[in-house]
Amino acid sequence: MLDERIAEWRSYLRRGQAIHQVDVDELEDHLRSQVADLKEAGLDEDEAFLIAVKRIGDLEALSREFASEYSERLWKRLVLATDAGESGVGWNREALVAVGLAVAAGVAIKIPELFGVHLNGPDRDVSFYIRNFSLFVLPFLAGFFAWKRGMEFAGRLWLMAPFMAAALVMNLFPFTPEGHTELLAALHLPMALWLTVGVAYAGGAWRDHDQRMNYVRFSGEWFIYFALIALGGGVLMGTTMFIFGAIGLDAEFLLNEWILPCGVMGAVIIAGWLVEAKQSVIENMAPVLTLLFTPLFTLVLLAFLGTMVWTGSAIDVEREVLIGFDLLLVVVVGLLLYAISARDPQAEPGAFDGVQLVLVICALLVDAVALWAIVARISEFGFSPNRVAALGENLILVVSLGWSAVLYARFLARRIPFAPLERWQTAYVPVYLVWASVVVVVFPLVFRFQ
Amino acid sequence: MKIGKDLVAASATPMVLAILSEGESYGYAILRRVDELSGGELQWTDGMLYPVLHRLERNGYVKATWGKAESGRRRKYYRITDRGSEELASQRQQWRVVDATLRATSFHPFQMVPQGI
Repeated sequence: MLDERIAEWRSYLRRGQAIHQVDVDELEDHLRSQVADLKEAGLDEDEAFLIAVKRIGDLEALSREFASEYSERLWKRLVLATDAGESGVGWNREALVAVGLAVAAGVAIKIPELFGVHLNGPDRDVSFYIRNFSLFVLPFLAGFFAWKRGMEFAGRLWLMAPFMAAALVMNLFPFTPEGHTELLAALHLPMALWLTVGVAYAGGAWRDHDQRMNYVRFSGEWFIYFALIALGGGVLMGTTMFIFGAIGLDAEFLLNEWILPCGVMGAVIIAGWLVEAKQSVIENMAPVLTLLFTPLFTLVLLAFLGTMVWTGSAIDVEREVLIGFDLLLVVVVGLLLYAISARDPQAEPGAFDGVQLVLVICALLVDAVALWAIVARISEFGFSPNRVAALGENLILVVSLGWSAVLYARFLARRIPFAPLERWQTAYVPVYLVWASVVVVVFPLVFRFQ
Repeated sequence: MKIGKDLVAASATPMVLAILSEGESYGYAILRRVDELSGGELQWTDGMLYPVLHRLERNGYVKATWGKAESGRRRKYYRITDRGSEELASQRQQWRVVDATLRATSFHPFQMVPQGI
């Protein structure tokens, strides 16, 4: 009984941001000593506990005292190293596994070189790398999660299947080198495999909606961490080029052959590990960025619609423009998704929700115009892999956004709670996976590998 | 008796150092000793002792080690350092000066000029 109470009290203490694990240990020892003394004085356990807790003092005041002592703790640091005195076995092993897998991925990307498939140089086979790059690193990331979640053997076997199937498809299909279907497959494969990694992330429980939402959150943070690491890597490479150049050595070979490919592969794993390690300790960045950019994008779209109506100009139908509108929809879906992922489900509908609804409706209107143009182009020039892909993606995103808009309107009218909105997003995730797989496998067959 | 907050805060450092100069101790025991020494007059809020101890450790006046209590639990023990002893001596001197000044003035409450210090 006492132990339970103390455990509760400990987690209550931990809410004081400046109070760390070791401090809690120390205070717990104090509490137990106090309780023991009071019991000796004749009080029963409940009374002793209550009085002891009261004597420790008010949590607010305590936090403030600790905070003024340890002001640097208020910047939530990613404390990977456990504080002195605690067994660091847990995080040490994870770090070793993560680094090991990162190294393995870096080595794996170099293995084709042994078989004469070069990345650089006159006889390079860029097409091979473009098709297969995600296969060199994502299996390792999936392996990391399978290990971390303790998946059983059967689950791991099932997990390997999509990767092996992808390897076979990407390499046995007789693609026309650098043709449309190959490029489309190469672009969609990472997405399909990323969602497969999500199955590993969920520990095999891919039907669980909460786990899907967690993976969405993970993906957003991963992307940000990866981008930051990539920036840092760019600085590293630039500095390397410069200083070696200063002594007359050209470091370009080293960079292109080793640092760049191995670095990118390793960074994928490391970013994944860091996001796992920090989880709720550090504020998630993706929702913060969403909060910032949703109103901005809404304004831009409103301005665009207004301009289109005012000048009466139609959308110039080039292939690149249409893909651009697909990307616009992707951005809007992304903004919506990350706002939903971070929103407190119990909160009442607010102004920001209204802004999001406006954003979605504007995007749908803009897209309606673009879609009209795409359809016209297809009926005029026939079906090509790119046009069909662009059309398919557009439709998929329109369905997602359209139903979200309906649900959002109902939510703002207070006719439904927030949960259905979240559910719709997570329920829709398999659609992306299926579509990506279709583009990778079916398109080449249908369009005869052009 | 209710002692003012500022006075409690100011006296905490020399008092903790003085108690530690009697020997190595831990948080709860230090509090009990304060209670004992003051005859129950000084009532510190238990939790507030620990930021003080940590500050003393940060400044190098005390050294902390994790040990085992009689019950087998982990317990953090504090020991005064040489720097801490010097600081204690310095603080005691300061308190002596303040106390002596107060004592001198309070004996002659109605005279405009103090007779002697």
